[in-house]
Amino acid sequence: MARQTYDIVIIGGGPAGLAAGLYAARARRGTVLLEKGVIGGQISLTELVENYPGVPSVNGFDLAQTMLKQAESCGLETQFAETTAVEQKGRLWLVRTTGDEYVAKAVIVTAGADYNKLGVPGEERLTGRGVSYCATCDAAFFKGQHVAVVGGGDAAMDEGLFTTRHVDKATVIHRRDRLRASAILQERAFANPKLEFVWNTVVTEIVGDEAVTGVRLHNLETREDSTMDVAAVFVFIGQHPNTDFLRGLVSMDEGGHIVVNEWMETGLPGLYAAGDARQNAARQVVSSAGDGATAAIAAEHYIGSNFAAEELGLRSSS
Amino acid sequence: MSKPADVTDATFDTEVLKSDRPVLVDFWAPWCGPCRMVAPLVEELADEYDGKVKFLKLNTDESVNTAAKYGIRSIPTLLMFKGGEAVDQVIGFRPKGDLKRVLDKALA
Repeated sequence: MARQTYDIVIIGGGPAGLAAGLYAARARRGTVLLEKGVIGGQISLTELVENYPGVPSVNGFDLAQTMLKQAESCGLETQFAETTAVEQKGRLWLVRTTGDEYVAKAVIVTAGADYNKLGVPGEERLTGRGVSYCATCDAAFFKGQHVAVVGGGDAAMDEGLFTTRHVDKATVIHRRDRLRASAILQERAFANPKLEFVWNTVVTEIVGDEAVTGVRLHNLETREDSTMDVAAVFVFIGQHPNTDFLRGLVSMDEGGHIVVNEWMETGLPGLYAAGDARQNAARQVVSSAGDGATAAIAAEHYIGSNFAAEELGLRSSS
Repeated sequence: MSKPADVTDATFDTEVLKSDRPVLVDFWAPWCGPCRMVAPLVEELADEYDGKVKFLKLNTDESVNTAAKYGIRSIPTLLMFKGGEAVDQVIGFRPKGDLKRVLDKALA
């Protein structure tokens, strides 16, 4: 296993990591971004991003690719590996991954968040057979059919609206009596004749042998159970931060979000967290990008004032 | 880099089911973001397994019948065919190591 040395290691290639990479590379720091899966993270699954200022409407995957090209043209390097541990070694940091090891003067954690699963019987078994976490990927397989969309936030409305391009009817199942989604998405959702709403209700089981045939529901108000025939279940019930590899090292809140100050500093010298992985994030593309830029500027100041000039700009392998 | 060729409803039987080598079929569509991430991985693997495994891609918008026949309800899906039968599958974007395990199993 090779050990590589950089000034700055960025963990996670979503908007926060890509913005941090752009700023760090433009500061001419030897910088590598580590990504475990897809560049762009959650936005690579988003059909349309319509709230990134200066870009009226863009496909999420394309936006992420544009951000990547911009950062790479300034010198950012990208490597695909999943981070397994981060350790303090004197003045330096060691980042262990499923591939190489990395030594850095500063580490910026932009590991983002993954979607939550329902955790009900049938979900695991029928994933890819009607249970989906990506309407843009899978809605087209249910042309003219009835599907369920679980959740009440922005993602649920965005994706629920997307399903109506293909399906005959989509029923939104939400555990509360009102949506949490932004007003503009609520307006669109309520105006769409193909979207129906079932309130105060949770999914207790997903049924089907070879493929999804229905869901069992429980109404939290009336306590009544029922069954609904659907060909697919699209699940959008929030997310959890990807911070397990930092447990015991930095302070986190109960949900696993990393506690940082306004400069994205964790309290450990040279370790920063930005975007959805941090506490109190606004969880938007624009705020994550802002976080990433802030963290990179803070890391740049830290490195500049704690390391001698001849120690900088390192990019070596052994 | 060797690009996987297209396979369609019309050519699936000859190209996949009657192939004497194992075949990996990448079920994809132009509107699917994660499919665009899987494609370069499949291209790299096509180079690495050149001569041992045949790599093809099937556009699920155009070849609806084959996608339906194999119960594809989520893309990207990679199906591994051996002796005319689907023997393994990978649903969604997965790291290259996972894909190599599927290929190595089919060759074992």
